[in-house]
Amino acid sequence: MNERALRLMNVGKTFGRQRALADVSLAFLPGQVAAVLGPNGAGKSTLLSLLATLSQPSQGRITLGDEQLSRHSPLRAAIGYVGHEPGVYGDLSARHNLRLFASLYGIANAERRIDEMLARVGLDGGRREAAARTFSRGMLQRLALARALLHQPEILLFDEPGSALDPAGAAWLAGELRRERESGRLVVLVTHDLAAAAAVATHVVVLRRGRVARDETRAGFSADEVRAIYEEAIRGKA
Amino acid sequence: MLSTMSSAQKSNTAFVVGLLLVLHGFFVVTLLVANAPLEKTMGIVQKIFYFHVPCAWLLMLSTFVCAAGSLAYLFRGSERGDRLALCSAELGVLFGLCVLVTGPLWARAAWGVFWTWDVRLTSSLLLWLMLVAYGLARRYGGAGGRRLASAMALFAAADVPLVYLSVNVWRTLHPTTKVVSSLAPGMRLPFFLSLAIFSALWGVLLTLRMRVERAQSRLLELTIVVEDAEEKSP
Amino acid sequence: MARPSWVSQAARIAWKDLHIEGRSREVVYTMGFMAALVVLVFSFAFISGQEVTVGPDAIAGILWVAVLFSGTVALSRTFDRERENEAIRSLLLSPVPRSAIYAGKLAATASIMLLVELLLVPLLAGLFSAAIWLHALWLGLLLLLGTIGFASVGVIFSAALLRARSRDALLGALLFPIVIPVLLAASRATATLLDPAAPDLDPALFWTRFLTALDVVFVVVGLWSFEPVVMGE
Repeated sequence: MNERALRLMNVGKTFGRQRALADVSLAFLPGQVAAVLGPNGAGKSTLLSLLATLSQPSQGRITLGDEQLSRHSPLRAAIGYVGHEPGVYGDLSARHNLRLFASLYGIANAERRIDEMLARVGLDGGRREAAARTFSRGMLQRLALARALLHQPEILLFDEPGSALDPAGAAWLAGELRRERESGRLVVLVTHDLAAAAAVATHVVVLRRGRVARDETRAGFSADEVRAIYEEAIRGKA
Repeated sequence: MLSTMSSAQKSNTAFVVGLLLVLHGFFVVTLLVANAPLEKTMGIVQKIFYFHVPCAWLLMLSTFVCAAGSLAYLFRGSERGDRLALCSAELGVLFGLCVLVTGPLWARAAWGVFWTWDVRLTSSLLLWLMLVAYGLARRYGGAGGRRLASAMALFAAADVPLVYLSVNVWRTLHPTTKVVSSLAPGMRLPFFLSLAIFSALWGVLLTLRMRVERAQSRLLELTIVVEDAEEKSP
Repeated sequence: MARPSWVSQAARIAWKDLHIEGRSREVVYTMGFMAALVVLVFSFAFISGQEVTVGPDAIAGILWVAVLFSGTVALSRTFDRERENEAIRSLLLSPVPRSAIYAGKLAATASIMLLVELLLVPLLAGLFSAAIWLHALWLGLLLLLGTIGFASVGVIFSAALLRARSRDALLGALLFPIVIPVLLAASRATATLLDPAAPDLDPALFWTRFLTALDVVFVVVGLWSFEPVVMGE
């Protein structure tokens, strides 16, 4: 797997009348799970959207290794994204959904890969031909992960993935995130859930009103440590 | 004196001078038009022509300028382009309204009915509708309203020749293009002068409107700067 | 990973829509029903009960107005499925060029519309004794060209209105002024083709060429402008 870092340099993003991000400089490294925390409106989702090339920075640059992430970027093939919504077609079955994405990404040996992914996320049981619309929230999230991992991306981006999951689902997700981190992927996780972040993160970033308030990397964080970092950052430079 | 003024003052001065020239021009044109020879068949009503045609021309110009601005906005993220598109669309709606009012007045006097589905007027109506739709898209199109409107402007501009051609083949009752070159000599000067003055008026109004938009953007930028400053030193 | 070709990606996207539509047939039914209703509404509104032979001009007009109005149903649905579950985001995240997404959507929407139109034409033949067999193939070509003209603009607007509240109200209002030349050309050509007493087919030829040129212009503008419109701020 590539060892490229994802860097933001003085990135700013303005939406018409709103300044969502200002002067953000960060580096995300492979083999790390970076948790991006912050109150509502801090700019977390905007940041993720920029990393996913779904929007462009108004100022600054984002690079993966040496290459700049831009609108026409073929680098999109290196990115996997799981958002609030699963991003799949409700009318198609799990397998058909994955087949569609496999062909759009040009994946060789698609059927085998799809079988692997379905087995990995635990969707290879019965209900094979059921439309995704009939799935529970947890199952949809599993399908979303399968979709995101299908093309073996270098970078995995998650936007509040655990928000609608039950505790079992959340635990499963944490396990998956750890597994990805251990296999050397670069993971960026935006979340409200400080405990969930602590369970997997090795890099914590706190955003406050569009700016980076804290940026720390450690071998691991306890839930208390994350809470302390978060609260100190939110209180501001007192 | 010129050398001691700031660039803002210079542009303001230029603007005022331009405005005065345009107003002066209107007086001149009015006099010329009043003194222009009366047309044989229609008499004084024909003089609507001196206002109607320039307005129709400006409607078309506005559409193209709107499309150009939209192009810059869509493909290069130019905010200035977007402002230009908005302002020229507004002017297009305004001058288009003039066309759609003067046209039927003429038609009534000339042919007895207000609307005869003739080529130019119908094409102008369609263009005008597209510009109105542009405004609707901007206003009610939600978050992506500006982009939607910009795409509309592109299609509208591409549509202009198609509209004129199709309506032309469909109906022909309007005085043909030969009208201009077959003008009696006494009419040519007022006509071209009127065309020039109206175009200048368009330019002046556009500049004025653009300045208002620019000022609003600037205000917004400054608000953000102030907020940022407050952020950094709580 | 081999990079699939633009054409195959566009085809894949079109196939996805057609596959989904094939299973539910929802758009075909609702659009078809609406089209038939428009035809009936026009019949009741414009034809005096006494005289029931209708001229080719009127038949052509009714056909194309029905296509336009019912076509907005197909257009607004074309992106509804993308909005559900934010599937569109997955499409936009993939390396597929946006123009291929546009082309795929255009192909799928136009195909569905064409299917309904092909059912509509015999209905008109039945109701008004329209001479659809005089130049059946040419008529089919006109249906294709007119549908592409309409859908090429409609797909862009439908995509842009994806998240707008007043989506349904706005789509027609924005679309119709722009596609009036399509309507004009298509109905004039159709009227000539349906007229057994037409002296020659020159008008139909002119309008068919005109429609072709118009389609080219609109599709080019569409391919070009789809990305900036859909990518958002």
